[in-house]
Amino acid sequence: MTRQDRIAALHAAARERILVLDGSWGVMIQRRGLSEEDFRGQRFAAHNHPLKGDNDLLCLTRPDIVTELHDAYFDAGADIAETNTFNATSLSQSDYGLESAVTDINLAAAALARESAERWTAATPDKPRFVAGSIGPLSRTLSMSSDVNDPGARQVTFDEVHAAYLEQARALHKGGVDLFLVETVFDTLNAKAAIKAILDLQDEGLEPLPIWISGTITDRSGRTLSGQTVEAFWNSVRHAKPFAVGFNCALGADLMRPHIAELSRIADTRVAAYPNAGLPNAFGLYDEEPDQTAAHLDEWARSGLVNILGGCCGATPDHIRAIARAVAGKTPRAIPERPKAMRLSGLEAFEIA
Amino acid sequence: MRPLFVNIGERTNVTGSARFRKLISDGDYTAALTVARDQVEAGAQVIDVNMDEGLLDSVYAMTTFLNLLAAEPDIARVPVMVDSSKWEVIEAGLKCVQGKAIVNSISLKEGEAKFLEQATKCLRYGAAVVVMAFDEQGQADTRARKVAICERAYRILTEKIGFPAEDIIFDPNIFAIATGIEEHDNYGVDFIEATRAIKQLLPYARVSGGVSNVSFSFRGNEPVRRAMHSVFLYHAIAAGMDMGIVNAGDLPVYDDIDPVLRAAVEDVVLNRNQPGATERLVEIAPRFKGGKAVERVVDLTWRTGTVGARLTHALVHGITEYIDRDVEEARATLGRPLDVIEGPLMDGMNVVGDLFGAGKMFLPQVVKSARVMKQAVAWLLPFMEAELEGKPREMAGRVLMATVKGDVHDIGKNIVGVVLQCNNYEVIDLGVMVPADRILDEAARLKVDIVGLSGLITPSLDEMVFVAQEMQRRGFSIPLLIGGATTSRTHTAVKIEPAYGAGSTTYVLDASRAVGVVSGLLSPTEKDRVEAATREDYVRIREQFGRAQEAKVRTPLTAARANRIALDWQAWQAPRPSFLGTRVFDAWDLADLARYIDWTPFFSAWELVGRFPAILDDDVVGEAARSLYADAQVMLKQILAERWFTARGVVGLWPANADGDDIVVWTDETRTTERARLHTLRQQMAKGEGRGHAALADFVAPAGPDYIGGFAVTAGHGEAEIAARFKAAGDDYNAILAAALADRLAEAFAEALHHKVREELWGYERTESFDLDVLLSERYQGIRPAPGYPAQPDHTEKETLFRLLGAEAATGIVLTESFAMSPASSVSGLYFAHPEAHYFGVGKIERDQVTDYAARKGWDAKTAERWLSPILNYEAGR
Repeated sequence: MTRQDRIAALHAAARERILVLDGSWGVMIQRRGLSEEDFRGQRFAAHNHPLKGDNDLLCLTRPDIVTELHDAYFDAGADIAETNTFNATSLSQSDYGLESAVTDINLAAAALARESAERWTAATPDKPRFVAGSIGPLSRTLSMSSDVNDPGARQVTFDEVHAAYLEQARALHKGGVDLFLVETVFDTLNAKAAIKAILDLQDEGLEPLPIWISGTITDRSGRTLSGQTVEAFWNSVRHAKPFAVGFNCALGADLMRPHIAELSRIADTRVAAYPNAGLPNAFGLYDEEPDQTAAHLDEWARSGLVNILGGCCGATPDHIRAIARAVAGKTPRAIPERPKAMRLSGLEAFEIA
Repeated sequence: MRPLFVNIGERTNVTGSARFRKLISDGDYTAALTVARDQVEAGAQVIDVNMDEGLLDSVYAMTTFLNLLAAEPDIARVPVMVDSSKWEVIEAGLKCVQGKAIVNSISLKEGEAKFLEQATKCLRYGAAVVVMAFDEQGQADTRARKVAICERAYRILTEKIGFPAEDIIFDPNIFAIATGIEEHDNYGVDFIEATRAIKQLLPYARVSGGVSNVSFSFRGNEPVRRAMHSVFLYHAIAAGMDMGIVNAGDLPVYDDIDPVLRAAVEDVVLNRNQPGATERLVEIAPRFKGGKAVERVVDLTWRTGTVGARLTHALVHGITEYIDRDVEEARATLGRPLDVIEGPLMDGMNVVGDLFGAGKMFLPQVVKSARVMKQAVAWLLPFMEAELEGKPREMAGRVLMATVKGDVHDIGKNIVGVVLQCNNYEVIDLGVMVPADRILDEAARLKVDIVGLSGLITPSLDEMVFVAQEMQRRGFSIPLLIGGATTSRTHTAVKIEPAYGAGSTTYVLDASRAVGVVSGLLSPTEKDRVEAATREDYVRIREQFGRAQEAKVRTPLTAARANRIALDWQAWQAPRPSFLGTRVFDAWDLADLARYIDWTPFFSAWELVGRFPAILDDDVVGEAARSLYADAQVMLKQILAERWFTARGVVGLWPANADGDDIVVWTDETRTTERARLHTLRQQMAKGEGRGHAALADFVAPAGPDYIGGFAVTAGHGEAEIAARFKAAGDDYNAILAAALADRLAEAFAEALHHKVREELWGYERTESFDLDVLLSERYQGIRPAPGYPAQPDHTEKETLFRLLGAEAATGIVLTESFAMSPASSVSGLYFAHPEAHYFGVGKIERDQVTDYAARKGWDAKTAERWLSPILNYEAGR
């Protein structure tokens, strides 16, 4: 299948059923108890900076683990795999002194996910598998101050963020991903830089790919960390004409539901959600059982709120299996048509109807 | 439909505001932010930021200002218009805003290639654009050129790069008129006519403009300039102008402009009665300079009194205009700010209290007095803080108030809070949906003197009992007050008071009683006597209640069912609705709803009793009612014009049949698969000969083609934000007014939708014309009872209704754990079409029906007794 065929298949699958994304990478990698040597491999054996914890680097140094995880999630019933590239930008990799490895990590990550997806598609041709290039939020933010005494201070500029995302998106595209997943957006301006970078790839002659944007509502206030309401967030990213929009991380399914319901009402595109497996306990561990998570998401599916579901922090292949079972055969949300109107936003939405 | 006009704040523009320019040039960005804040508070819905000044580093200034602005949530909540004639400044601005902004502006001035390049960037940054009517030949001045350029730009944008038409705003150039140059005379008309043509020709595009240009030749005569702006906007908006860069708070109302001035301005703007129009305006202009263009005739004789008399007058009449000045004068005389509060201000509030107590002032007026008092205290606050040795202000007592968990209604509670504050009580308001734990934690932490609970829906009654039990368990002994529409003296006496033996519990009928009750309970001399009297009273009520219980004999359920209301299903058959399933109304026109408003309940929300419109001429409350009604009309206009609220609703119509006391809702006309089951309750009170024991299920045919409808509507989206904004500004009066109007609009929505259902969607009654009296007196066929109300007192049925309707996704209304609808200004219910369908009260029910109902709902007996507790005819099993 060419990439255009796969994108067409993705659209077709999304019309037919609720698609399932994979689950957490952090927890699954943590469970391996990898050593500094695992992370370094041969290529970075002499690197002058500790590398333990740089999970994305495993795409180059322990590809076997990455492939195993993709296989585990596909086996559990995931339709879409995320590349292991949440932090694979020059800005994030600078914490490890690995700015120069960014393109290689993204190319390798896309290739690994691609290879696994091809195998599973071949094995179950009626359930084609897809690869989403993961683009994470960065540890530096464009809308919030880095200095309590100077609310106007910023650690990074839009141009720097844009350049970092451009490099990552280019490599993921060349590596063969089927769509981009701009995820865990807690500052919408960072996401807007990512969107612009992705759209700017067209100027380099690269074919446009579907974009999925997933924001993060950080607490019960119903706002992103940078202060936007659900509707303001949607108005801010709608120009990407995304394949899907949704929320992930920070909240478990029970607390995320009202925000997904709101988005479901206003978004004239597919709605996606991959909540955490509950909230972390006193030890920072997620202990919501697969059946509990699945029960929540099953209700969302029945209520017609969503088109794509999956898991974030704490979600294991067992969770994904339970979710995939729960949503099998359920009708995906019908995409509503909204009247044309100028829809602006600051922290809140403003519509001129 | 009334056109919506968007005010774009113009004060954060260095080319338009000398003050802002100076602040930016001096690098005083903090003060510059307050300019932005003032604008948003004054109602600007978008703020224009412009840093185009020759001596400024505009890119730096734009970046710095927008980054600082991002840290101010009360400013950053509105969208930004990034305004510059230099593209690099615009792009710098776009790199700082997380929201969706407007770019002001791009144009064909430098040719199509440049235009497309900049527009494409706007697409990728995600911004709407203002397109100036400017091309390679220059700025368009005539109607024809303006329209031609805008049309060309529209085609290029929408056809070549797929720019969304709804994100395009045209600025067809407003130029100065009345300059003395004849060619300029028609510029106003050119803009207005171009606007009309653009709106017709170019679908979804918007029109904007910088209004102050039009009056440029009258620099120095602000009253005339403002009149010109007002008249110009009046005509431009009628032609379709959607938004403008304008200091809207400053404009006179068109109708209020002096008729002589208005006629002269109108001639100039519309280029009429030429030649000579300009000369006539120039000639009369000096007469209006200096004074306000609008001279209101106001009796200011009260200003000649002593400062104390003036303060009292201001408080009684709710006038804030001079309060700062008068308070400052009092402070200068008395020396200490505290003496001003405890002296003349409290004296004035006592007069208000006396007048209120004597029935000579009414709630809306008292709430306005509170607004004056708040402003006075706000003026004094800095002086009190400066007064280091100052002891804290002596308050009469500290009252904590909350709407209990699961309930969202708070208009009455807010009124009580304001009244108490007027009487020098410190009020801590925890808001709505407050769990018992939080109420009591705060009560203990803040050492309050009294706890007040409020609630409107029946499940809140149980929650109040729970709070009382918790107060007992946690060792409280302070007085507990109970209020709210669903509460009653009987319920308080029978259920709540016995749960809290360690302290006293008092039911407060309405806001006018609150001060009397609180002052009695907090008076060291009166407290014991008052509490004893209440306790005695409640013992008596309990005994009466007990006796009444024994006397009320209920009909057994089987007998009641046998005596059901048997309708003749041959005589009338429901027509098939125009559709089956649900239909969503995303934003019902508020102006349409306004004509359905029933004003009578609006006045009773303010404790003004009487039917509308007779109440306006009432001897006693007429004056207060008229003033309140006038304020409500002004706000209603603003609500409609600025779309404060969004009216969302959903209606569903389904095949249905009765099955005993249940109503089965079928998936389709084959009537084979159950989609849902609605449960109804049957009357068990004694009935006279020929009178049936009603249940809602009786109004649906047991077999054959019949249908049922359901709906959920809200006008409350936006209300909380508006109320919070008023409250933050110390304006409880307008906060309560806004909430009360949102309630009215929601009820009006239910009325309007029901109308549409009868005439069109279900279409069983097609002969109505619009007659509000007929609607409000329910002289039409069919009913729309709501779960939780007398005909079906079980609130949990809302869950089924909401599921059937997909109401949450469709309308954004959510159900709380007590099945209250949030936002509070929401209404839901079922539609029954049969001509004999009527409202009734289920009344008290017996254990046999509770057991039967529990089995139908899949509940255990305890759950059923909990949800049905207000209507049990027996003591729930302990």
